[in-house]
Amino acid sequence: MNVHFPKVNLPESPDTPPLGERSGGRLERILAAGHFAVTGEVGPPKSHDAEVIRRKARLLEGCVDAANITDNQTAVVRMSSIAAGAILLEEGIEPIIQMTCRDRNRLAIQADLLGAHALGIRNVLCLSGDHQSMGNHPGAKNVHDIDSMQLIRMVKDMRDRNVFQCGEEIKGGGPRLFVGAAANPFADPVEWRPYRLAKKAIAGADFIQTQLIYDMPAFRKYMKRAVDLGVTERLSFIAGVGPLKSSGMARFMRDRVPGMSIPDELVSRMEGVVSGIDKEQKEARRDAWRAEGIKICIEQAQEIREIEGIAGIHIMGIEWEEAIRPIAEGAGVLPRPEIE
Amino acid sequence: MIVAEQKSLDEIKAMLKDAKKVLAVGCGTCVTVCFAGGRNEVGVLSSSLRMAREVDGDSLTVDEVTVQRQCETEYIDGLADDVESYDAVLSLGCGVGVQSLAERFPAMRIFPALNTKFMGYPSEHGVWEERCQGCGNCILHLTGGICPVSRCSKQLFNGPCGGSQAGICEVDPDTSCAWQLIWERLGEQGLIEQLMEVEPPKDWSTSRDGGHRRIVRDDLRLPDGEEG
Repeated sequence: MNVHFPKVNLPESPDTPPLGERSGGRLERILAAGHFAVTGEVGPPKSHDAEVIRRKARLLEGCVDAANITDNQTAVVRMSSIAAGAILLEEGIEPIIQMTCRDRNRLAIQADLLGAHALGIRNVLCLSGDHQSMGNHPGAKNVHDIDSMQLIRMVKDMRDRNVFQCGEEIKGGGPRLFVGAAANPFADPVEWRPYRLAKKAIAGADFIQTQLIYDMPAFRKYMKRAVDLGVTERLSFIAGVGPLKSSGMARFMRDRVPGMSIPDELVSRMEGVVSGIDKEQKEARRDAWRAEGIKICIEQAQEIREIEGIAGIHIMGIEWEEAIRPIAEGAGVLPRPEIE
Repeated sequence: MIVAEQKSLDEIKAMLKDAKKVLAVGCGTCVTVCFAGGRNEVGVLSSSLRMAREVDGDSLTVDEVTVQRQCETEYIDGLADDVESYDAVLSLGCGVGVQSLAERFPAMRIFPALNTKFMGYPSEHGVWEERCQGCGNCILHLTGGICPVSRCSKQLFNGPCGGSQAGICEVDPDTSCAWQLIWERLGEQGLIEQLMEVEPPKDWSTSRDGGHRRIVRDDLRLPDGEEG
């Protein structure tokens, strides 16, 4: 197909304060100081158990500048991201609350963002949200009053223009939130992905966190385009990495997860490390897989650090938060810098 | 057209369990075209219901009639003469047809034989696909004639999301990614620039959320007291 690519114009919005003066959060200050940022991820429990958050927070302590808290991820009900974020703050870790458009309309989202600011939260990641059919309430009615692009613009306008989405003034000023957005470099139409990224910059995203990256050649190509378009001048691009846990997981992600690209070579590596271990020796196989998963992740994190336009890495443990510290250590991003 | 499909025989049987004499009313418009509630379907369903009741050791009288349009009073007025001789009316019209009958004959119990599914068209023989949700604020001029409200699983206005792969929506392997289609169409038309515009939040007040919607055309209304 003969697709003409658009000219991309990324005018600096006159409302946007300089980097370092938008949210007051640690993540923004790290980026403003020119440090390579490290973020992690905490999945809240499917219960009201605050201790789960506190335990995960301890695993991340000193490893990350901020940690994402997922918002009913994969459309499964969990502790709310803002509540979990408030607990994380108590533990001394800066939260990045994820906010999906699936479960809330524009009233609920804005109300929650005001509350999030009031609780001391300074980062939000704006997402459409996994479809409810993937989760544990497939009969739920989804909302999608606004989409992720409109959410980005709304949060930015609340912060920089002190207005609600309806245009009404927010008395006393809008929530000071550092506006994040997601990107999947490998989804289709793949040629469009750098432009979609540019569009998120135009909408007002301050930073991007990507889906898990395993396919380095494809990712390099994407980043080159993003840099050429000037997007990485306008926002901080944080690349997502995470450890594979087994060869089965690697195959599943390669074959079954839409928008995920895992090279065969990595699947072979995961298969190879257990080739000499008897199937019955489950623990030994698990340990071998996990060690190799962490090793691959470290290699990739190191490789990503060298790619032009990358401002940080986002380490996703996916219910294996223990892996974040060794990965950060291996990637050479510890200790995290002290910052005013 | 409005696309509907028949409820299961068991569900219809259960609705009619107290009735001895039923009038099955088909509709000659949309549901005829989608083979859900026209003259033929009324015939087949009526026979099935009679047989099913017989199998249960009982009997059910089902009379059949198909009107041109169930959704307009003038086409159902003709049923007024003997509708009261039935225990119930089984409508094979869409949801509008069922409600027109219910409004016209408020003393009657009107049962729906169909599930009204969507506004759509036959994409191939035997397959119908949704194309419009009647959101009341059409944006097809911005999206290459492809509707993201009815065809994107997340109703995105600035798509595609990260779950689009090889032209297919992550939610269902039989569903095309609407935004892949929009992207291709606008690309072929040389209008890809349009996709860089951040489409602002939609005004849903024209959509489903404010109770039933009305259109009033003063130019078509009749002066007070005048019959159409």
